[in-house]
Amino acid sequence: MNSVPKNYRWRKFVDQLMRGSTVLATGCAVIPLVAIIAYVFTLGAAALSGDFFTQAYVPPGTVEMADTADATEPAFDPEDPFAGIGLDTVSEYDGSQPAAPAANPDDLFAGIGFTETVNVDTSMPSESDLYSAGPQGGVLHGIIGTLIIAGLGLLMALPIGIFTGIYLSEYRMQRFATTVRFCVDVLSGSPSIIAGVVIYVLVVIPTQRFSAIAGSMSLAILMIPIVTRTTEEMLKLVPDSMREAARGLGAPTWYSTFTVVLPAALPGIVTGVMLSFARGAGETAPLILTVLGSNIISTALLEPMASLPLLTYRYTESPYPGENTLAWGAAFVLMMLVLTMNILVRIATRNRAGAGR
Amino acid sequence: MTAMTVSQLAPFYGARQAVKAVDMTIDAQKITAIIGPSGCGKSTVLRCLNRMHETIIGARATGTVHLGDQDIYAPDTDPTLIRRRVGMVFQQPVAFRTRNVYENVAVGLRLQGMNAKAELDVAVEGALRSAVLWDEVKDVLDKPGTALSGGQQQRLAIARTIAIKPDVILLDEPCSALDPIATANIEELLLELKQQYTIVIVTHSMQQAARISDETAVFMVDTTSGQAIGELVEKSQTLHVFTNPQDPRTESYISGRVG
Repeated sequence: MNSVPKNYRWRKFVDQLMRGSTVLATGCAVIPLVAIIAYVFTLGAAALSGDFFTQAYVPPGTVEMADTADATEPAFDPEDPFAGIGLDTVSEYDGSQPAAPAANPDDLFAGIGFTETVNVDTSMPSESDLYSAGPQGGVLHGIIGTLIIAGLGLLMALPIGIFTGIYLSEYRMQRFATTVRFCVDVLSGSPSIIAGVVIYVLVVIPTQRFSAIAGSMSLAILMIPIVTRTTEEMLKLVPDSMREAARGLGAPTWYSTFTVVLPAALPGIVTGVMLSFARGAGETAPLILTVLGSNIISTALLEPMASLPLLTYRYTESPYPGENTLAWGAAFVLMMLVLTMNILVRIATRNRAGAGR
Repeated sequence: MTAMTVSQLAPFYGARQAVKAVDMTIDAQKITAIIGPSGCGKSTVLRCLNRMHETIIGARATGTVHLGDQDIYAPDTDPTLIRRRVGMVFQQPVAFRTRNVYENVAVGLRLQGMNAKAELDVAVEGALRSAVLWDEVKDVLDKPGTALSGGQQQRLAIARTIAIKPDVILLDEPCSALDPIATANIEELLLELKQQYTIVIVTHSMQQAARISDETAVFMVDTTSGQAIGELVEKSQTLHVFTNPQDPRTESYISGRVG
């Protein structure tokens, strides 16, 4: 006997409705991601040129030196020292007394004794040139700046983060560790601009200068929680039997931590470190308040410096389409940087999984 | 001769007492087995013998344990120094995965400051030979310790422990993760080692205790107060415990009626 329950059709309908809703929601969640990737990749890739990775900022409308070298340089004429600079102004006074000028709305200067002829050399960039020109220059200064600022930030965050992680995992005094862990979690959830404001007040104002090192500090504040928590979690994954075996030999905690536990957890910790670098490299807000940005290739740690996210921000704001294109390019490089980091992380963790217990 | 004397030893986890105060002696160069049902506190007592118990958060112990003339629970005693004299081998075989076979044995020696290659070579080979592992691993000394089988890893752990020449070796159910052949190897090894070392072994297997131990301590769980608490009910020569138990609880346990 094939008996169909009374509400069978209804249940089937609800099932399909629910399934449809989840698929729809998933689609909505994926759309922004796909859009971002597609946009950045297509528009960003278009900005890539030879200059892109090799040059720093070039102001819009800059005439390349090669062009002027091609033009025949006029010989210097002492009679006319301004020849050849593209502006020929000839003003002549004819000595006549001006007649009472009849108001001529078309020629307000008529009758005051000057005939003016101004020839503007049209080889200078015109306004329309500025707004239609393609990208000029590149973001090399941003790439260098990002690597320096984020790298230095990582150098600061690494010892603090790893040692805090070790403390939380290996030396836990319950109550204090819980407090520290809570603070670290709050820190990792706090908006990044806060880190910028703090360093602005504590470092930038007292030293009276925006600097790369101040930016590194603000990034370190954001990296420390990531490094700390990954270190802690990875150390906790190391089986207690390892610690016990080391302790059973009479090893003090620091010895078992550094010779047994930490090496075993190292691949995972490296993962966290790379992720924190990727996070720091992509931060914009704190850098606005700390490194300010720069248009030249600079490696001076006490000076303002360029960085990719800052370039993306400033170039996007720019009225010049050429710079807008560079902004996409900078965003593209930034994404590739983060993507590379993530792929490296995958490789590192896969090797670890393959290495067995 | 007595190697260790345990007096009024009472282990706690937080406020809860795990085992009623224990008094017993451990004979030098003998194998003392600690047996009993789950939860009777036999591992806890074992871990008190080299102050490993207190490495668990909230765990502590009262009473005294003398190792020779020294009370290892005296206030100014450094537990790490005690653990170098009273080594420990655990239930789960531990091979440090980031170290090769050689370094797995050398770690304790390096900890003690031995770093000369020649000196280490001699000590590592000696320990591996004592653990009857040398012939099996002499060609794979540079392989990760985890490449060995479970039984080999357990003998590796024993080699690591005896490399630093302790007075006493504590073993916490060393064979419960091993197959019967590996178990037989370990038992044979322990019988060898008792020529030089005092051995205390916690085991779930009464047969194992009967096979290898000279003395047996029987722990039971007492639930009469409403809360489970372990207690030492009997300790004497193994032969006596198994053939002529003095305590009725021991008799029902070894005859398989309880536990």
